[in-house]
Amino acid sequence: MPGKLKVKIVAGRHLPVMDRASDLTDAFVEVKFGNTTFKTDVYLKSLNPQWNSEWFKFEVDDEDLQDEPLQITVLDHDTYSANDAIGKVYIDIDPLLYSEAATVISGWFPIYDTIHGIRGEINVVVKVDLFNDLNRFRQSSCGVKFFCTTSIPKCYRAVIIHGFVEELVVNEDPEYQWIDRIRTPRASNEARQRLISLMSGELQRKIGLKVLEMRGNAVVGYLQCFDLEGESGLVVRAIGTACTLDKLSSPAAFLPACNSPSKEMKEIPFNEDPNPNTHSSGPSTPLKNQTYSFSPSKSYSRQSSSSDTDLSLTPKTGMGSGSAGKEGGPFKALLRQQTQSALEQRGGSPHRFCRRREFPFFTLTAFPPGFLVHVGGVVSARSVKLLDRIHNPAFVGIMGNTRSYKLLDWNSFNSDEPETRDAWWAEIRQEIKSHAKALGCHAVVGYSESTSICEEVCILSASGTAAVLNPRFLQDGTVEGCLEQRLEENLPAGCGFCHIPYDELNMPFPAHLTYCYNCRKQKVPDVLFTTIDLPIDATVIGKGCLIQARLCRLKKKAQAEANATAISNLLPFMEYEVHTQLMNKLKLKGMNALFGLRIQITVGENMLMGLASATGVYLAALPTPGGIQIAGKTPNDGSYEQHISHMQKKINDTIAKNKELYEINPPEVSEEIIGSPIPEPRQRSRLLRSQSESSDEVTELDLSHGKKDAFVLEIDDTDAMEDVHSLLTDVPPPSGFYSCNTEIMPGINNWTSEIQMFTSVRVIRLSSLNLTNQALNKNFNDLCENLLKSLYFKLRSMIPCCLCHVNFTVSLPEDELIQVTVTAVAITFDKNQALQTTKTHVEKSLQRASTDNEELLQFPLELCSDSLPSHPFPPAKAVTVEKASPMGEGNFRNRSAPPCANSTVGVVKMTPLSFIPGAKITKYLGIINMFFIRETTSLREEGGVSGFLHAFIAEVFAMVRAHVAALGGNAVVSYIMKQCVFMENPNKNQAQCLINVSGDAVVFVRESELEVVSTQQPTANCQPSCTGGEVTT
Amino acid sequence: MTSELDIFVGNTTLIDEDVYRLWLDGYSVSDAVALRVRSGILEQTGATAAVLQSDTMDHYRTFHMLERLLHAPPKLLHQLIFQIPPSRQALLIERYYAFDEAFVREVLGKKLSKGTKKDLDDISTKTGITLKSCRRQFDNFKRVFKVVEEMRGSLVDNIQQHFLLSDRLARDYAAIVFFANNRFETGKKKLQYLSFGDFAFCAELMIQNWTLGAVDSQVDDMDVDLDKEFLQDLKELKMLVADKDLLDLHKSLVCTALRGKLGVFSEMEANFKNLSRGLVNVAAKLTHNKDVRDLFVDLVEKFVEPCRSDHWPLNDVRLFLNQYSASVHSLDGFRHQALWDRYMGTLRGCLLRLYHD
Repeated sequence: MPGKLKVKIVAGRHLPVMDRASDLTDAFVEVKFGNTTFKTDVYLKSLNPQWNSEWFKFEVDDEDLQDEPLQITVLDHDTYSANDAIGKVYIDIDPLLYSEAATVISGWFPIYDTIHGIRGEINVVVKVDLFNDLNRFRQSSCGVKFFCTTSIPKCYRAVIIHGFVEELVVNEDPEYQWIDRIRTPRASNEARQRLISLMSGELQRKIGLKVLEMRGNAVVGYLQCFDLEGESGLVVRAIGTACTLDKLSSPAAFLPACNSPSKEMKEIPFNEDPNPNTHSSGPSTPLKNQTYSFSPSKSYSRQSSSSDTDLSLTPKTGMGSGSAGKEGGPFKALLRQQTQSALEQRGGSPHRFCRRREFPFFTLTAFPPGFLVHVGGVVSARSVKLLDRIHNPAFVGIMGNTRSYKLLDWNSFNSDEPETRDAWWAEIRQEIKSHAKALGCHAVVGYSESTSICEEVCILSASGTAAVLNPRFLQDGTVEGCLEQRLEENLPAGCGFCHIPYDELNMPFPAHLTYCYNCRKQKVPDVLFTTIDLPIDATVIGKGCLIQARLCRLKKKAQAEANATAISNLLPFMEYEVHTQLMNKLKLKGMNALFGLRIQITVGENMLMGLASATGVYLAALPTPGGIQIAGKTPNDGSYEQHISHMQKKINDTIAKNKELYEINPPEVSEEIIGSPIPEPRQRSRLLRSQSESSDEVTELDLSHGKKDAFVLEIDDTDAMEDVHSLLTDVPPPSGFYSCNTEIMPGINNWTSEIQMFTSVRVIRLSSLNLTNQALNKNFNDLCENLLKSLYFKLRSMIPCCLCHVNFTVSLPEDELIQVTVTAVAITFDKNQALQTTKTHVEKSLQRASTDNEELLQFPLELCSDSLPSHPFPPAKAVTVEKASPMGEGNFRNRSAPPCANSTVGVVKMTPLSFIPGAKITKYLGIINMFFIRETTSLREEGGVSGFLHAFIAEVFAMVRAHVAALGGNAVVSYIMKQCVFMENPNKNQAQCLINVSGDAVVFVRESELEVVSTQQPTANCQPSCTGGEVTT
Repeated sequence: MTSELDIFVGNTTLIDEDVYRLWLDGYSVSDAVALRVRSGILEQTGATAAVLQSDTMDHYRTFHMLERLLHAPPKLLHQLIFQIPPSRQALLIERYYAFDEAFVREVLGKKLSKGTKKDLDDISTKTGITLKSCRRQFDNFKRVFKVVEEMRGSLVDNIQQHFLLSDRLARDYAAIVFFANNRFETGKKKLQYLSFGDFAFCAELMIQNWTLGAVDSQVDDMDVDLDKEFLQDLKELKMLVADKDLLDLHKSLVCTALRGKLGVFSEMEANFKNLSRGLVNVAAKLTHNKDVRDLFVDLVEKFVEPCRSDHWPLNDVRLFLNQYSASVHSLDGFRHQALWDRYMGTLRGCLLRLYHD
């Protein structure tokens, strides 16, 4: 289906001086799409040229429209020599291809050069005319909407959630092509940027096709990543959740939505047998026996992280047949069996769409009410792979060791390369799926995948949360076997998801179960780990907090197989320790559940790093966590004993302090109600470090209940001592600060509209002498703690405030370097409005508004009734807050709202969250997915590494904002910096950095503006509030 | 463990006013950290010195990047790299262009050239302002001067438009530009008692009344250069003192009117001719550039000092000057009433401002 792309170059401003003699520039513009190029006239002698070009028209296929970026190059005309490039702008025209997104891209774009950074701006207008009618067009892959947001977007309703979509594309990296030896760094960078842009487009189009095959119309929770595999190539891969979405504000979608699905959903439970005991499913029972056999390798918290140590050395044979388990054992054998049987089931058929049924995975982390029935626990899988090695002579490149290998023969890439990568991921996904099954779950939610690459070794990781879902929302077939699942809708909301999905008599791993503290009918575990956000209806006591486990392990430098083996052997220990740390820290906080758990294992030349982040909360449904008890090894020694008791006291004090700090005061429950559900011999839990050779967490369970149970830490060596010390060295954030890595902070709902998104990067150099694991751990721990302290200090003017969606990324760019990148958003909240119950109510209704139409009808009503005395965002108050705090973005907005003669730059908010506090998102304009390379050969002159990277990140933000503004948006939500690869060579005065960011461009309207609409029509349904919002934009 | 790289970038650029001030004052990062520690910030926030160091470095880096934009403030408003709320942008600009009283008194009226720039070392030592800060202030003066020097239209408006300064600061810069252009001497020992505010006040009156712009708002340099024709014409005033009859008549008119109203009447009566000669001679001398430069020296020598030595109260000076200017209208033999008013109106304002201890 052809379309016509129209581009107009209007003007430029703040161009750099290209002609030293005149201090001016003779600029012109090349507009390129596909293989067609147009040029503007040369605008002589001006730094602010006014080209006002004609409309350049490109007639192209929609496939090209999706794949190709529009490339705009600004040049300085030179009569006698070659024209000098000033810089480029790449514009992704994808948002113009959805019917509901942007209709025109128009605005000032920073002109970007990979060597000089931003050099002035250019005003461009882009339009697309599609020749076919809308209906036909929507049948093509073009019409599929993409969202980075990992929940159902705010102004849509999910009709069906189809399930997992994935795709990957492989290409050779231009940086490693032979031609790179003769071309300039600029040309090389640009080739790379362009290639990745092309590959992203292609990937998105392919995923779109899969979604259409599934009869969906959107991808939610779209996560696209790059694997820079060096000489073996460049992999762009993406995962997402295919959905059929209805826009809420469109009247057509609104009408049928009012009666059908939500009501049905509510009706089900009443017809169901209320007996809560029978929630095991038929088809999954046989599997359970199977999986029980490898239960020792399961972690205490259901985090079944059985580091897959398969070593695939011959990737070209494909399909996992090359995997040779290092440590046989029944577990490995079983796994391989499963993998193979799964592959056989596929029957070698290369039809990709079959695969989605194999993997009932969801990249979503927040769900429509009623969607999530039970949560089993975290499932994760890792696998160490060797990237293909092509034996060619190495050349020393311009960047020293960062580019030391140049490929001579890059044609040797075999065509089945993507198949190999596909097979690797299929293996891992299969493992995840079987872990979930072992937990009695048929689905995995909050699913994500990641890689860590060092030289030719690559660790593939996947993790998610095993869960039982309500089949009503899913396309049938995805979740066979769960239809008989008893739903517990008749139980009080807020605890249902905690109830165990597995059979308590046939548990996949030992666990400590009690009756739910909320409903007292169902069994719950004592601790719950998940990768998802806290469900909105969950009952939480007190506030949550960010909990991190940090770990380093030294590793001998090795080559290829030996290296991969060494890593494989280390992984289980790391997982075990990370997990132990998390558990200890959770208990130290007096909490019983983790949400948003993300464990990152990073591989470097001579070490492995593990960083786990999660948000700890106290779930009312789960039992009160026991304390931590320290046991000494040599009880005879008096002074030692004293030391132990001193430590014990310190720990107890810390727990008490934390409970006070996070306001954890669970109601006292009388013993007889709880009872011990399982009559099994009681024993003390012991965390035996010595047994870890069994390659995974070994935790015997503590079946004593109530407050008597305690987690015992046995201090048998200095190592353990260090660990206890490090537990206590984590300092809580200063008063007025909270932090979490989930979307919202449990226990805080009265957000004000002031937000500040930021990225902070730190690199430390380790002293290479005598590095021990302890020293390394301490360094890493200090690095993270100091970084957090710095953040608290920097943002102190926003107190009271919460750092939300704190996302730490660790990388090991070189031998002795550790790089930590943090992106988060600080949101202020109103301390004085402690009416949390009403707030939660509003919050819930807000959330439900997007999915549940019955609730939606009440939404404006609730807003009004609430707005009088205690509305969370009273407009008057918001203004005073903004005045008081000079940093507020809100301040900016308010001032720039009236056409201000001074300022022409509109404010664009950026946030990693899926919402904007105090505002309603009225329109999604399309996905932002940008990749930039910046390089310098004058590092010192640009302020050293810090100056260089500071400027670059600021430029990346600027380019994201400019693109959003050009689409007509005023915010980016679900913003994420997926990659920040920084390499330096200070001796050569050079540095290079690659950054990949993505997010959803949106239009939002302040809630205060919406209120006007809803108070005018207090009895109206949702329509006015939605459409009203759009009118004001 | 050493920190190789340590940065923080916010979507909204964080500006710490205190650190900005330290940066503007030209302190090095380590000095700034020391000063912040002394301010007790560590105790208030529970932060460590390392945190403070990192924070200060971050801010300094940001300011360094912003400095290029601050040289042309409209650029700061239109740039896309730093998202800064308008109120903060205004603050950044205003503070960047703010100057120290001690510094401006040293440079006021001097040619804004390389030569003066070389003297900044001495000024820094003398005033205790860091050399870095002196350079910034000097460069600001020079930058503003270069931009508005040959521009048409009101000086204050031009400055405001090109540098987005507040009205108050734009007026101060207008004075600085005016003084630099006319090279008025302000550094003499006699003038040390005068503040920048005194000069700025005079500058404003002179710009309003004595420049080309005062008569014609359509010429280049209208507010920067004095009206040469007017200065030539001032010679005509000489008859007020040269013509003995006129002088006597003028004196008697003033004395009659002020009798009983002045505490220092007798001193005034005795000094009238000296004072009048002084004021009129200053006017007559203004044809020469050198004498223009000495305007303030002359005014202080010829008028302020004699009155001060006789302990005239300020109110008596006002009454005298009012009467002195007004009485000329009753001198029938004097035809240059308008010229007199243009001259004396401004001079009266200036003298009253300059008359203090």
